[in-house]
Amino acid sequence: MLGQVIALVVLVLGTAALGVWWSARQGAVRAPRETPVGVDWASSGIALADRVTFVQFSAEVCAACRSTSRVLGGLTRSAADVGHRELLVDDHLDLVRSLGVLRTPTVLVVDGGGQEVARMSGVVSDTQARQALSRIPAAVAEADGEGQS
Amino acid sequence: MSVSKGIDPRGPRVGASITAVLLAAVVLLGASTAGLWLLTFIMLSFVLGTLRGAEGSWQGMLFKKFVRPRLSPPGELEDRRPPRFAQGVGLFVTAVGVLLGFFGVLPAVPIAAAVAFVAAALNAVVGLCLGCEMYLLMRRAGLVRA
Repeated sequence: MLGQVIALVVLVLGTAALGVWWSARQGAVRAPRETPVGVDWASSGIALADRVTFVQFSAEVCAACRSTSRVLGGLTRSAADVGHRELLVDDHLDLVRSLGVLRTPTVLVVDGGGQEVARMSGVVSDTQARQALSRIPAAVAEADGEGQS
Repeated sequence: MSVSKGIDPRGPRVGASITAVLLAAVVLLGASTAGLWLLTFIMLSFVLGTLRGAEGSWQGMLFKKFVRPRLSPPGELEDRRPPRFAQGVGLFVTAVGVLLGFFGVLPAVPIAAAVAFVAAALNAVVGLCLGCEMYLLMRRAGLVRA
């Protein structure tokens, strides 16, 4: 019996540690993944906004995708040059593979030129979404118009 | 069954905490026949949850009857598909343990219970969503179809 009790204690402590680690990763803004070739977003049916687009990969069985979608949708409505496109992973498996997406929701922060500048996975809070947005200089985009090098 | 737009998101989490306690009991029982029977019972609960959705399992009924009346109405309703997917994953993991157990591999019983415990406890406490973590991996590996 002692062995089983020890096993349960170890299991509970391990689960707690896993829970802390998992929670801390939710929606954290991370550096973009190295993508060897530029993605042709238009050919995948994804129209990019002028300054920044949140490209969200979702699934039907993903509860966190709904709240993330609400947060990003709300943010998009308050800024004209920010877009939000939600894709079902089932419809874009090739894109999922080439971009290295492993879980849902995964949100790529894509600039006006189609370059990924950051990514988040797991449920995204409003604060985290704004933090990701701050990675793209608004002033440059507004001053230059489409004159981005 | 009422056709609703969604379910109270707290229901599956309360259900997962009940299940986690039962799975912890299986771990305590160890590689024993008693543990095998308890795991079989948990597996059958997952069968119910997979067929009828988490809200249709006995844990979901307990929530509806005894817990929900004491809570304020939920801020928003949740899609029933994600918790149902999680019930299916729980069914798979516990079924492997039960099958191996009935074929005489009793150590598989507490091991399967431990794996299911991690998922159930994380779902209950921090809201881990198995559909979010596993569906795409399964899809990429070709294990499920849309």
